[in-house]
Amino acid sequence: MSTLNSIRDTFFEECEDLMADLADGLAKMQSGSADPETVNAVFRAVHSVKGGAGAFSLTELVAFSHQFETVLDELRADRLKLQPELMFTLLRSADHLTVLIEAARDGTDVDESVTQNSAAALRVWLKPSSDAADAPASAAESFSFAAVTLDFGAFDPPSETANEPELNHYDIKFQPTATLFSNGHEPGLLFAELSRLGTVSSTIDLADLPPWEEFDTTVPFIGWNVKLASTVEIDQVRAVFEFVDGLCKLDIAVAQVPADQEVSQVEASPAPSPLPLPMRETVAEPITPAAEKPSASAKAASASSQITDQHGPKPTLRVELDRVDRLINAVGELIINQAMIAQRVNEMPVTTDSEVVTYVEDYRLLARDIQEAVMAIRAQPVKPLFQRMSRIVREAADATGKSAQLLAFGEEIEVDKTVIERLADPLTHMIRNAVDHGLESPEDRIKAGKEAGGTIRLSAAHRSGRVIISIKDDGAGLNRPKILKIAKDKGLVPQDADLAEADIDSLLFQPGFSTAQKVSNLSGRGVGLDVVRTAVMALGGRVAINSVPGQGTEFTISLPLTLAVMDGMVVSVRGQTMIAPISSIVETIRPATSEVHNVGPSSRYLSIRGEFIPIIDVASSLGIAPNTAPTEPPLLLLVESENQSQCALIVDEVHDQRQVVIKGLEHNYRSVQGVSAATVLGNGQIALILDLDAIAFQRNAPEAPAEAILPTHGA
Amino acid sequence: MTAVNDKSTPQITEFVAFYSGGQSFSIEISQVREIRRWGPFTSVPHSPTGVLGVMNLRGSVIPIYDLAARLGLTPTPENPRNVIVVVMHGDQTLGLLVESVSEIMSVSNDSIQITPEMRADSGQTPIAGLINTNGGLTQIVDLSSIIRARGIAAA
Repeated sequence: MSTLNSIRDTFFEECEDLMADLADGLAKMQSGSADPETVNAVFRAVHSVKGGAGAFSLTELVAFSHQFETVLDELRADRLKLQPELMFTLLRSADHLTVLIEAARDGTDVDESVTQNSAAALRVWLKPSSDAADAPASAAESFSFAAVTLDFGAFDPPSETANEPELNHYDIKFQPTATLFSNGHEPGLLFAELSRLGTVSSTIDLADLPPWEEFDTTVPFIGWNVKLASTVEIDQVRAVFEFVDGLCKLDIAVAQVPADQEVSQVEASPAPSPLPLPMRETVAEPITPAAEKPSASAKAASASSQITDQHGPKPTLRVELDRVDRLINAVGELIINQAMIAQRVNEMPVTTDSEVVTYVEDYRLLARDIQEAVMAIRAQPVKPLFQRMSRIVREAADATGKSAQLLAFGEEIEVDKTVIERLADPLTHMIRNAVDHGLESPEDRIKAGKEAGGTIRLSAAHRSGRVIISIKDDGAGLNRPKILKIAKDKGLVPQDADLAEADIDSLLFQPGFSTAQKVSNLSGRGVGLDVVRTAVMALGGRVAINSVPGQGTEFTISLPLTLAVMDGMVVSVRGQTMIAPISSIVETIRPATSEVHNVGPSSRYLSIRGEFIPIIDVASSLGIAPNTAPTEPPLLLLVESENQSQCALIVDEVHDQRQVVIKGLEHNYRSVQGVSAATVLGNGQIALILDLDAIAFQRNAPEAPAEAILPTHGA
Repeated sequence: MTAVNDKSTPQITEFVAFYSGGQSFSIEISQVREIRRWGPFTSVPHSPTGVLGVMNLRGSVIPIYDLAARLGLTPTPENPRNVIVVVMHGDQTLGLLVESVSEIMSVSNDSIQITPEMRADSGQTPIAGLINTNGGLTQIVDLSSIIRARGIAAA
């Protein structure tokens, strides 16, 4: 059972890749840069999904992908012209296929009517004649797995005269390579599949057979010349060899002269491989005749099938994430160990040109190389994430009656896997927002002199050690007077507030703020950009808005490259060394006494640049003995907290800045309020990494008793 | 701990015995990963009673529990001769601060006594059983209740 499950998991993993290929191909087709191979690749992706789904009896998935595949097949055979409406259907079908795969994976149900509608939309493109033949029921039957149990005992005479359809004669030259066998393919099964299409006769081609002394038992030398008389088209014949594409020498040609119906003798095979050769008088089962006969285009297609596809993606290796994380941990240790050794060597009475100093320096460089290489393992391109977003744009455009397209840039940029995973939700939200709120209705756009369809540009780029992701629409821009009015109505700002543009923009991130006048089913679900901001901040990132009236709005997310390492400021609090994440720190200040104001019994405020900012003692907020004799004036870290308000945190000392390796507390212990993680210092001691947002936020909430926090590991 | 409960066959189980709060305790040897010298640790805010802080075990951050304090005994006084017994509980690693490790005992299962009242709600009793040693006894520590016991989570 577990084996089946793991095969199943592999199938769904492969589906992800296949869907990425599919999205890739469709994008090319949409942009008009598609060649026949693109359509083939798209077809293959859907076909492979169907194949896998059949093995796991995922009937809904099989039926739908079959429908999808049929349309693609028509397109591939040039019987359908690629037109915008068809492209629309294909994109929607790809979306629905993704939904079906996800549902099959998670064991959830998909609204059947949606599947019906999607399938119906596909059927529109099929000619009525082929429509009936391609009913989903036949899909499972025509699926090649059935061939394994095919009965070769059927010796009914060919009935080509009984059925009217014209017989096509094909000459198929087939010579497998060693890879074909090592990949587990069986020529016998291919022939069995062929024999289902029509009458098959074959001769052995021993032309490549070397002299005995040069014979290599690991290399197949035997080829077959197969004559096939069948009513099917060349594409269907080629489809038999679909999965061995590139693994064999294959030449499929339409015979000029009808081949002899006589069954030629199969020669005794001296083949090293014990292949069954069930090629004698096998007869086709009734095959649905396809409407058209092969034409010049089919010949062209057969020519292309001879081109073996040698270029492909770089070889990859699937590794459990756990193993990578263990490696990352070990490398983190190595870095710390290196720092410790370097520190000891510096304390030793050696000259800087002594050998040991050189070696320690080499060690440092090596350790850094290893660290970078290991971090790169976790890095993944943002492409799959971006591809998912184009689906979101289509869905959002459909739901709002707008027309929108997504242009993606910098898809090759790589970010830590976890960052990509945790970015999906906020990005989805922002993309929906961009379509829903950012873009105007088609009428308004035309009035404004723009194209009716809006464009959303999603881009990723590296900038000074961080990744910048930008979502830019070409809509109307932020309606600042309206935002200000809503904020005033909701009491987020005083009625008489006079805010700068940037301050108005940042109101969007206030919790509970939503500019949607009516609640659409897209955005405006009560979760707003504040949730996006929280999610991005949790990744150590920041969000910024830039908007030009009439030209559009741009949201920029700036993220760290990795979650395993971060820049921290080493501070001490009541004698304990702690790390404050630099991403939240605006500046460090030691204010004049006159700038610190006591408010009430225990609060203090810092006056800076005309504003009053609350001062919070990190020690007391962490429950460490409160500062009884405060040093005057205190040393403050000015931080920008979650809700974008600023806050000044008291620390005792600020030492230096350094990169720290992040280590979670949850695994062996539990999460701790005010602490986001821990790290190991050069002396082997653990330092806590402060969760500055939580500390700054805590001033509003009464301190939760420690007992209320449940351990993450209950048992 | 299944071996402890299985009394059908007289199996031999090895235990590490140590002193904490003036009493003898033991843990099945398969749960003990290593025994470390006492070293500095980092205290963690909002810690429940008996949680001293966290320390670095070759790159892992592990919590250190003062066993005596967790059991409601007098907290272990600071002493450079104290040792930390690093144990595994499930996939969690943690350290128990104890006064000293006394011995490794081979115990036949039928000399392990699980008193009924201890068994009744073993989830809350930090002692899983008693081992009769020559003229004395040692208490088998139930790690899950040490981790869960009052102060960390009420539930």
